[in-house]
Amino acid sequence: MYDKGKIILGLVIFVVIFTTPFWWNAGVAKPVPQIELPKKEKYCVDAKDYMRTSHMVLLNNWRDSVVRNGNRIYEADDGRKFNMSLTNQCLSCHDSKAKFCDRCHNYLQVAPYCWDCHVIPPEPKEK
Amino acid sequence: MRGIKRRDFIKIAGISAALGLGGKTAFELIAPGRLDAAEEVPNAAAFKAKHWGMAIDLRKFKDASQVKPIVDACHLTHNVPAIPTKQDIKWIWATGFDHAFTHKTHVLIAETEMKDKPILVLCNHCENPPCVRVCPTKATFKREEDGIVLMDFHRCIGCRFCMGACPYGSRSFNFGDPREYLKEGKPTNPDYPTRTKGVVEKCNFCAERLAVGKIPACVEAAGPGQMLFGDLTDPRSEIRKALRERYSIRRKPYLGTRPSVYYLV
Repeated sequence: MYDKGKIILGLVIFVVIFTTPFWWNAGVAKPVPQIELPKKEKYCVDAKDYMRTSHMVLLNNWRDSVVRNGNRIYEADDGRKFNMSLTNQCLSCHDSKAKFCDRCHNYLQVAPYCWDCHVIPPEPKEK
Repeated sequence: MRGIKRRDFIKIAGISAALGLGGKTAFELIAPGRLDAAEEVPNAAAFKAKHWGMAIDLRKFKDASQVKPIVDACHLTHNVPAIPTKQDIKWIWATGFDHAFTHKTHVLIAETEMKDKPILVLCNHCENPPCVRVCPTKATFKREEDGIVLMDFHRCIGCRFCMGACPYGSRSFNFGDPREYLKEGKPTNPDYPTRTKGVVEKCNFCAERLAVGKIPACVEAAGPGQMLFGDLTDPRSEIRKALRERYSIRRKPYLGTRPSVYYLV
């Protein structure tokens, strides 16, 4: 093999640069995001675990129900009634998008496009 | 032998079934309400009709000043931007008689009182809507229960077939981010979403207001008798009465789209 030294050196440099993100961040685990839960309500429209893993499914179902079928009221398992609206219902309890939605979404690098159209209510003032 | 004998199991099952202690009944007795799944239901206060229609009384519109509050009411309610170019977004607007009623136009119209009259035009919510037929994603659809032609903005891919198909020009396309052109860059009605770039939009007959028991914003803003809104299938409704007593026209009837918006002349 000609130029063995150069090739191997080149490969080593390539591997080192390519894996930079891994060894640069080695050992520093990003803290799991802490979301701020509403203080006035204890129970969301469904169980916490379901909401954590499947809120996007629920929201898609709400969307189809409201837009397609004109059904705007959600009767939860326990009989409580909710207006199926992201801005007007979800964010009335979860009043800070930055401290609730964004913390997990940023951590997981997901960018849902809800807010391209749906209005973000003003962030509550710090006390 | 562990557990329950086959014979005993059949006995218990038989007695339980005879006493009605199986399935849902048992659950309802022991833990009432636990089996109820979540449900999606309409708002009890919603206005309902089999076929929503509108009648606009052309005699009650004299000049453009009467039109502006109606257009503003709609556009502020639905966060419709005002863009000072050809890319403006319109849900309801005023036009001339020869534009609105191309089939009724003749040279002598220009000599009548119709000449300078503002004619309010909006989506006609056709019974046979061409926009619905051409939509490749079913983003535009006709709600069969009340005849409103609606859009699911989530599904619109912005192909603009519907704009080509609509013979009334009732549809507008968002060439850019509409939020930039809202008053002070903020939604005027925070309860209603805005649209986003690359989406077509049009009048929705205020489906979101009807769902909570309110009449359309334009009808609310109009002067008495200027605009009538009601159920076209109900012979006792105000709109049917007006259509019975007065001569009315619809836009481009020869196309067979069968508009739900009537003009009393």
